[in-house]
Amino acid sequence: MTVISVDTRRQTYPVGIESVAIGAIEREVPVGEAPALAPNQLLAVIGKPVLRADGRSKVTGAARFTVDVTLPGMLHARLLRSPHPHAQVLAIDVSAAERHPDVRAAHLLTTVVGRAVESAPKGSASGAVPQRRVLYVGDPVAAIAATTPQGARAALDLIKVEYRPLPFVVDIDDARAPDAPLVFDGPVHGENYAGGPAGGPEPPQRGNVRGPNHTGSRGDVTQGFAQADFVVEGEFRTQVQTHCCLETHAVVADWRPEMLTVYLSTQYAAGVRNELASAYGLPRSRVRVIVDAMGGGFGSKSSAGNYVRAAVALSRIAHAPVRLVLERDEEQLDSGNRPATVQRLRVGATRDGRLTAISVDAYGTAGVALGAGVGNIAEALYECPNFAIAQHDVFVNAGPGSAMRAPGNVPGAFALEQVIDELSEKLGMDPLVLRERIDSNPVRREERRIGAQRIGWSERHAPGADAGSVKRGLGMAQSYWGANVQLNSACEVRILRDGSVEVLSSVQDIGTGISTVLTQVVAEELGLRPVDITLRIGDTEFPSGPPSYGSMTTASITPPARNAAHRALTQLFEVAAPAVGVAAGQLIARGGRIESSAGLRGISFREAAARLPADQISAIATRSEDYGGFARKMGDMASARNHLGGVQFARVAVDTETGIVRVERIVAVHDCGRPINALQAESQIHGGILQGISYALFEQRIIDRAAGHVLNANLEQYKILRSREMPAIEVVVLENYQGMSSTDAYGVAEPAIIPTAPAVANAVYNAVGARMRELPMTPANVLSALDRIGRRS
Amino acid sequence: MLSSRGEKEHLPLAAMSRRSFLKSTGLAVAGATAVDSGLTSIAGAVGPVATTTHAAIAGRGPVGISLTVNGVERHVSIAPAATLVDVLRDQLGLTGTKLGCDRGSCSACTVWLDGVPVASCMLLAIDVGARKITTIEGLARGEVLHPVQAAFVVHDAVQCGFCTPGLVMSCTALIDRNPNPTPEDVVNAVSGHLCRCGTLPHAVAATLDAAKAAKG
Repeated sequence: MTVISVDTRRQTYPVGIESVAIGAIEREVPVGEAPALAPNQLLAVIGKPVLRADGRSKVTGAARFTVDVTLPGMLHARLLRSPHPHAQVLAIDVSAAERHPDVRAAHLLTTVVGRAVESAPKGSASGAVPQRRVLYVGDPVAAIAATTPQGARAALDLIKVEYRPLPFVVDIDDARAPDAPLVFDGPVHGENYAGGPAGGPEPPQRGNVRGPNHTGSRGDVTQGFAQADFVVEGEFRTQVQTHCCLETHAVVADWRPEMLTVYLSTQYAAGVRNELASAYGLPRSRVRVIVDAMGGGFGSKSSAGNYVRAAVALSRIAHAPVRLVLERDEEQLDSGNRPATVQRLRVGATRDGRLTAISVDAYGTAGVALGAGVGNIAEALYECPNFAIAQHDVFVNAGPGSAMRAPGNVPGAFALEQVIDELSEKLGMDPLVLRERIDSNPVRREERRIGAQRIGWSERHAPGADAGSVKRGLGMAQSYWGANVQLNSACEVRILRDGSVEVLSSVQDIGTGISTVLTQVVAEELGLRPVDITLRIGDTEFPSGPPSYGSMTTASITPPARNAAHRALTQLFEVAAPAVGVAAGQLIARGGRIESSAGLRGISFREAAARLPADQISAIATRSEDYGGFARKMGDMASARNHLGGVQFARVAVDTETGIVRVERIVAVHDCGRPINALQAESQIHGGILQGISYALFEQRIIDRAAGHVLNANLEQYKILRSREMPAIEVVVLENYQGMSSTDAYGVAEPAIIPTAPAVANAVYNAVGARMRELPMTPANVLSALDRIGRRS
Repeated sequence: MLSSRGEKEHLPLAAMSRRSFLKSTGLAVAGATAVDSGLTSIAGAVGPVATTTHAAIAGRGPVGISLTVNGVERHVSIAPAATLVDVLRDQLGLTGTKLGCDRGSCSACTVWLDGVPVASCMLLAIDVGARKITTIEGLARGEVLHPVQAAFVVHDAVQCGFCTPGLVMSCTALIDRNPNPTPEDVVNAVSGHLCRCGTLPHAVAATLDAAKAAKG
């Protein structure tokens, strides 16, 4: 066995919250790590509101999205989808479609991905005709590629499919009944990616219910509840939300003998490259995934999925590039969704506000997929010795759920944060006072302090205290999200002989602004301006970057970017040292110059680069471990010892005559370690809040229980918040230094949506005195809640 | 008969596509949804379609038409059922205009006809007639961004960027007809636009700022 020792050195890092106090902490770090960074106020470009690197191309229409990609000879593909919520496919005949003059290829989707898999499927014996059951309306069956979009569409009507309709169930309560029609014939397995528990033994499955999974439980809740002076409990229901990316799922696949090239609207170019290589038995070196501009993902574009596989198959058959762009209704039926949940929570506490027990019994449905969980927020947010959770997946004949912005913790927070509010009322404590007792996290403590002051919490009145029919209220809720890191994240930095600089990684910018952030991090290290840095990202030709999900992109790619820049700069210093006349170790880079650290002598960055012995110097770095290690590591994935917080406050006005809730104001205080770009962080937080209000008040996929069809598979009946429903928003981003990596930077996209819906619900309670136990808080639901307490105007 | 749209095309009403519906009724003007729902009077001022384009066309074969796009006359051979957005994107290579829903509910495809914002997915290209089309590619003067575009960059009113071109077209049109917009005017002007990333707060601020800057 070879023991590889890593040389380390000790460095001192700033630590603490900027608005409280900044101290210092010494860390042992590997040699090769860039030097410790000062707090943002002492830096030139990190932490500054640098304008978005791709802003200009996006406001002029020049940005190239996947839907804008056109290749010579490109064909247009469409998918044939099941019109039945549940049916056995008896026969498929594509011969008439193939005879359509425009058609170049037809492909049957005999195997499908992205859903639970039957462990011992019945009737899978191979026959002449592929036999498959379709499990929901919109389940893809076949694909056509034609020379024109019209031809592809016309050819779909020529495909003859013989179905034998089967009994189906689409409602979560109906599906739990003992005599419910079965979605799957027997036990299933598969990936748990929509917010369900990670790990644990394979749970039992009865009928359409798979569970319980108890992962995360600790202590003894029976004993805990026995110790409680007060117990509160309640059942909460959350709806299915769809991602509604403005750019629908889109791919252009170009299969050639030497290379498969896939232009894809994806959140993880490197991951999809690996996935496709496995799926087609190709070496990874012969699969290339390219994503330039990307029109939103929110979790729904994390993997290749069936439509990409279909486009690749068609391209292979037709020997031509194939474009497949989902239409909006397909997007609503079959591109993922945030699962619905039914949660029963019970919380026990002592009279002085110490939690003694929390129990969660959760049923969720991700349609035909697994992982309809409620996350880890109830497990992790508050200090409580006894915690029991039982999570269950309920299968229904609806499109598969998938990860959606903070999967699990969004519905989980809606329930938890309302129960905690109920508890505070029962204890006769202000909700903030109770949280001080049960949440000692110093970051959220500061967030509560700032938020309370800005929203005017001291003026909060008793529930329902307003006179008149329109009643106002204040509420708040807290966020919890893991600080995740993808260790398989690499970045190359090149300095060219003319003084220009390139940053190369397959990491993609899905609109969150990682491109700008990379220019800032590299520019800071090299003493240049962000505009001096040329970005080459979103292409697996470059070193593999991290995914754009899990709020882990910044945490994963900025440390290697800075370390690579530092290593390239170290090489440049060697070249520059003789010209400056001091030792390389005495040089620093700042203001476009390479100078002696005393600042007395120096040459320009460009002059230094001109002395390079070759056209470029280059360094590649991969994400090193957090200083001091991680809390958990699973393969390439790791969870930092810290986590991401965030606290939001809402002010609402509730019209008790109409039941209409209006969110008037949100104050959002968040943390993401060292913020690299406060302006972009604010933009992301706006996104979390607006999606959160939309989830709280409007969005809901509706399926006809008798027919199994989605009734609002469009963007007008699937109601989403628009400009007239926007509140005034105030965002505060803390600088929270922890000395964890060479940038000490983490993400914020997911923490920003977690507390919004419960903050709104708690504010509605404060306004009218009725507890909102069901999402969305439509006028009808609000009026029912008012009726239950007899307070309707 | 099965279709990719699931059940909907089994229904008699839905058997008629939106495009054929528009064609058969000549309701293209009504279909050209005025995106700016705050200003119906201006939407009404779009005026009647030049009917000559209708009269000359029969059948499904390609039709030659002229379109004035960003000040340049372009001749294209199109399918009579082609919407303006498809012609702009697929035939004229102007991919800055985005297609989000293809049914007038997200406004990503907003362009101007004679300076008035319309949803280009809801308008047949043959019904444009002599009206001047302006797309996102026609806003900047060479390298110089239109003040609204510049303000969108400065205020970071851009995230994924897919709704951005349409949003910019509506905000720019607002300032053109109302140099002193209130915040409420801007909110109303963009009320038909769907932005999933959450850029609208910054877009409103950017538009107000651009209006202020334009007044110098």
